[in-house]
Amino acid sequence: MSGPQSEQASVVRLTGVDKSFTGRGETLTTALSGIDLDIRRGEFVSLIGPSGCGKSTLLRIIGDLTQPTAGEVMVNGKPAAAARRGREYGIVFQAPVLFDWRRVDDNVRLPLELLGVGRAEREARAREMLALVELTEFARHYPYQLSGGMQQRVAIARALALEPALLLMDEPFGALDEMTRERMNSEVLRIWEKTGTTIVFVTHSIPEAVFLSSRVAVMSRRPGRITHTVEIDLPRPRGMETRENRRYFELVTEVRHQLRGGEADDDVTAGIDQIAAEDGIE
Amino acid sequence: MSRRTRWWQRALFYLPAAAVFLGVIALWEFTVHSGVLPPPSAIINALIENWSSGRWPLFIAARNTFVEAMLGLFIGSLLGVVAGAAVARWATARDAVLPIAIAANAIPIIAFAPIMNNWFGVLNPLSKAAIAAVLVFFPIFINVVRGLASVDPAAIELMRSYAVGEWTILRKVRIPVALPFFLTGLKVSTTLSLIGAIVAEYFGGSSDVIGRVVVQSASALRWDVSWAAILFGATTGILFYLAIAGAERLLIPWHASVRGDGST
Repeated sequence: MSGPQSEQASVVRLTGVDKSFTGRGETLTTALSGIDLDIRRGEFVSLIGPSGCGKSTLLRIIGDLTQPTAGEVMVNGKPAAAARRGREYGIVFQAPVLFDWRRVDDNVRLPLELLGVGRAEREARAREMLALVELTEFARHYPYQLSGGMQQRVAIARALALEPALLLMDEPFGALDEMTRERMNSEVLRIWEKTGTTIVFVTHSIPEAVFLSSRVAVMSRRPGRITHTVEIDLPRPRGMETRENRRYFELVTEVRHQLRGGEADDDVTAGIDQIAAEDGIE
Repeated sequence: MSRRTRWWQRALFYLPAAAVFLGVIALWEFTVHSGVLPPPSAIINALIENWSSGRWPLFIAARNTFVEAMLGLFIGSLLGVVAGAAVARWATARDAVLPIAIAANAIPIIAFAPIMNNWFGVLNPLSKAAIAAVLVFFPIFINVVRGLASVDPAAIELMRSYAVGEWTILRKVRIPVALPFFLTGLKVSTTLSLIGAIVAEYFGGSSDVIGRVVVQSASALRWDVSWAAILFGATTGILFYLAIAGAERLLIPWHASVRGDGST
């Protein structure tokens, strides 16, 4: 699925990224250590790891929403901060974070509005995005009238409204039930194939990571580092039958094995709460 | 569950309340025959006779009191919003000021009425509006601070991903989030502003206001007029409240307090 692997085709490039927090009592907690990651245009890369491994922190570093302690973060060939200012990525959180007071289409229009896109184009683009997530008939509904899965689809439409080169997804389906999650997985693949957007996807679900990704980066617990990368060579397009594929099970087993191998001792250090909070885990 | 209930379903819903109300009025009419508590018919009579003429022109009194209350509501809300916005801007200021405001809110501010009368002049309607404004200030202030502070951190992070400034975040996120809180404060304040104005009037001032009419007619043993004045005050308060509740339906139709169908 990945295109020509030239230098310019790198959408995300992390070199030697470290992140540490100063926790209670001045203890320094290393959340991320020596992260190197190169994500090429059109790739679907999942970051998987146990709770508190800093995978959400890593995603936020890519989005320039938190600063690394050391290392270089390049997005679309420029520093992460410049990419954020250029609105070059879209982001989807675990919660849909829709604005209750805006109707569905007004929520999708939000980033266009902030960018000063003209009204006619805003409306056309919102319509297009809602069609993409198959919510056209709910355009004039309020978020509270939608189910959780539908709300998350609106959030995806909003993230794609600026047609970003990069889509960051932070456990977007973690709060959904298993059936809805599987449907949303197929939905995301369909959107990814249609738009060609590069996706970085944080999850702690092994089946989800294997089903979706072209590559799975396995992370270890504190200090968070990428211990293995598993190429997912399942054929595309992937659908329900993929989940029954023999190779699928092999890859799930491999990722699980890598996760076990990467697991550190269960010592509780100060600052873990902070990292867990960053990861959105209670 | 349909979002639009039919008119007769609504009517049916309010039927028990209406029945109880009418029952109490009827019981009052036919059993109570006291000077201090005249029957409803006598109160209505007094209301009609003293509508806009005589010693106690009730409509004019109600209008004057309403103007005082409105002025107080306006001044108090304005100060509450400005102070609330200023304090909410800085977390440390918020943590320092909010407990004091909540404590101050528990003070019976009405006790300051005679002092306000002295400050602004007993005949000046502004002295009544001032008490109303002080009463109104605290609930508005507290609600605005809470509203501005209760923004989902993820919404702020989303806005940061769009690389927009604090001003845009205020306009696009904080103000819409705070609006239902503000309107809740405003609803409480309509009643408070009338209480403030009327009680302040009890301590003296020009005579064509609800508070003075109640005091003077009571001392003249014209209880029917006192009750008619109270009825006027009550009606004004209810209409005032309903006006804000109506504005709420227009301004925040998406909010749980308004949509009232229990869906998430």
